[in-house]
Amino acid sequence: MNPFNYLYVAGLLFTIGAVGVVVRRNAIVVFMCVELMLNAANLTLVTFARINGNLDGQVVAFFTMVVAACEVVVGLAIIVTIYRSRRSASIDDASLLKR
Amino acid sequence: MTFEAPVLHYSILAPILIVLGGALVGVLIEAFAPRASRRSSQLFVTVASLVIALAALLRVRNQVSVSAAMGSVSFDGAGFLLQASILIIAILSVFLIADQENFTALAAAVPGSEEERHSLQADLRVTEVYPLTLFAVAGMLLFPISSDLITLFVALEMLSLPLYLMAGLSRRRRLMSQESALKYFLLGAFSSAFFLFGIAYLYGYSASITFSGIQASIVGGSGNDVFLLLGIAFISVGLLFKVGAVPFHAWTPDVYQGAPTAVTGFMAAATKVAAFGAILRIYYVTFANAQWQWKPALVLIAIITMVFGSVVAISQRDVKRMLAYSSIAHAGFLLSGVIALSKSGLEASIFYLFAYGIATLGAFAVVTLIRDSAGEVTDLNRWSGLGKRSPLTASVFALFLLAFAGIPLTSGFIGKFSIFSAAYESGNTSLLIAGVLSSAIAAFFYIRVIVLMFFKDSVEDGTSVVIPSALTTTTIAITSAVTLILGIYPAPLINFIATFATFVR
Repeated sequence: MNPFNYLYVAGLLFTIGAVGVVVRRNAIVVFMCVELMLNAANLTLVTFARINGNLDGQVVAFFTMVVAACEVVVGLAIIVTIYRSRRSASIDDASLLKR
Repeated sequence: MTFEAPVLHYSILAPILIVLGGALVGVLIEAFAPRASRRSSQLFVTVASLVIALAALLRVRNQVSVSAAMGSVSFDGAGFLLQASILIIAILSVFLIADQENFTALAAAVPGSEEERHSLQADLRVTEVYPLTLFAVAGMLLFPISSDLITLFVALEMLSLPLYLMAGLSRRRRLMSQESALKYFLLGAFSSAFFLFGIAYLYGYSASITFSGIQASIVGGSGNDVFLLLGIAFISVGLLFKVGAVPFHAWTPDVYQGAPTAVTGFMAAATKVAAFGAILRIYYVTFANAQWQWKPALVLIAIITMVFGSVVAISQRDVKRMLAYSSIAHAGFLLSGVIALSKSGLEASIFYLFAYGIATLGAFAVVTLIRDSAGEVTDLNRWSGLGKRSPLTASVFALFLLAFAGIPLTSGFIGKFSIFSAAYESGNTSLLIAGVLSSAIAAFFYIRVIVLMFFKDSVEDGTSVVIPSALTTTTIAITSAVTLILGIYPAPLINFIATFATFVR
C-alpha cells in the first residue's frame, strides 16, 4: 500500500484535532483534541520513517509519547484545580482576565 | 550488531546537569525536610546551583563543539552568551521569587477554603516553586544549544511545563491565576502539537533529525519542497508562540496579568532569551539557505507584531497588561535581528535580549512593590502621583520605561539602534521604517505612565509602596544599574559579545 495514504490520514487527524481545540468548550475535550494532534504527528513521523528507510522517526515518536504523558500529568493537575474551585471545566466560564 | 557507547562531553553539559541536580535536591527537600527549614534550604540550593552552573559555564566559554552529546547539542560562542544571560536573569528572578508573600501557601487547596485559610494562618507553606524554577531553567539552557529536533522538542517541553504550573501559584486573586495557568497550558500544548508536526515534516523532507542534516538537504535541494515548507511553517508557529509574536500572542496579556508578578518577570525575561536563542540558531544554521521561502512571511509577522503590540498597549489600563503588550512589540523588534541573518544581526539580537531581559525583570520587580491591603495594585489610574509619594521607586520604574522606549543613555537605545542598523544593512528597509514608527508610538504610552506618576495628583485609596525585602532590593538595584551602565558605557559588553557571537555549523 502506498505509504503516502498514511500521511493523508495523519493530516486529517491533525485537522480534526485542531478544529476541535478551536470549537469545543470543555477543557478536557480540548486537551483530548491536543492529544489527537500529537498522535497525528506521531503517525506522520512513523510513516516518514518507513518512507525514508531509517529509524530516527520512530525514535522521535517514542520521545513524543513520553513528553505527552508528562503533559497529561501537568494538564490534568491544572484542569482538576480549576474544576475544584469553579465546579466547571468550561473554558468559557474562565473569563476573569478581560480582553 | 555492536552497541556503541555514547560519548558525552560532561564539561559542556555541566551547567545543565548542575541545575537539574539542584532541582532534584529541591524535590527531596520538599519531601523530607521539616517545614520550618524548607524555605531557607530551598533558596540556598536554588541560588547555589545557579551560581555554580554559571561558574561551570564560564570555564568552558572558549570551547566549541558540534557533538557535545552525540550530535544532539552544539556548544559555541553564541550558545555561551545565551546560556549566561539565562543564568544571570534566573538568579535575579529567584531573588524575587523568594519573596513568599506573592505565592499561595498551598496550591492544591481550593481558593477561599478552610484548608487554605488554615495553612496561611499557621504559615505552613509548600515551596515547590523553587525546584519548578530550576527545571524550567534547565530546559531554557538546553533550548538554545540543542542541535537536533528531538532535543529541541524535549527542551521546549521542559521549559514550558514548569512554567504552566508556576503561572497558577499566585496568592492573591487565585482564580485569575489558575485561569491564566489553564490558558497558558492549553494554548501552549496546542502550539507544541504544531511544533511536533513541523518536526515530522522536516524529518520527512530530509530523512534526518539533526540541524546539519536538514541544512545539507536544503543545500542539496533533493527533497520534496512541500514538506520543507510545511515543516518550516509549523515549527515557526511553535517557536513564535513562545516569544509571543502576532498572531500567536493571544496568551501573553492574560498570562502576564494572572501569574504571580515574580513569575511573570522570570517568564518574560528568561523565556524570551531561550526561545529567541533557539529561533536564532535554527534560522541562522538550518534554514538560512532556504531564506527566500520564509523571509517574506517572517518580515510580515515582524512588522505586524511591532505595530500591533505598540498600538494595543496604548489602551491598556493595567500595568502588567501594558508590559505584556510592550513585550509583544519587543518580540517584533527582535525578529528583525533574526531576519537580518548576519553577524551584526546576531550580535545585536543577543545584546538586545540581555538588555531587554534585565529591564523587564526590573520593571516587574517594581510592580511587586506597589500594594494595598488586597495585594498588588496593577491598575494604572491608582499609580498616579506615585512619584510624589515615593520618588525613588517611581524614578527606577521610569528608568525601565525609558529603556523600553529606547531613549538614549539607557540600554534600550543601544539595543534598538544596533538591531535596526543590522536590519537596515541586510536590506530590510521596510522593517526599519515599521520599527522606528512603532517605537515612536510605544514611546507615547511609556511616557504617559511617567507623566501619570510624576505630574498627576495622588489618589488616597490605600495604595502604598512597601519596603522591599533585601533580596528584592538587590534585584532592583542590579537591574537598574545594568540598564543605566549599558546605556552610558556599552562598549565592553558589545566587544565581549562580538568576540563570542558565532554559531558553529
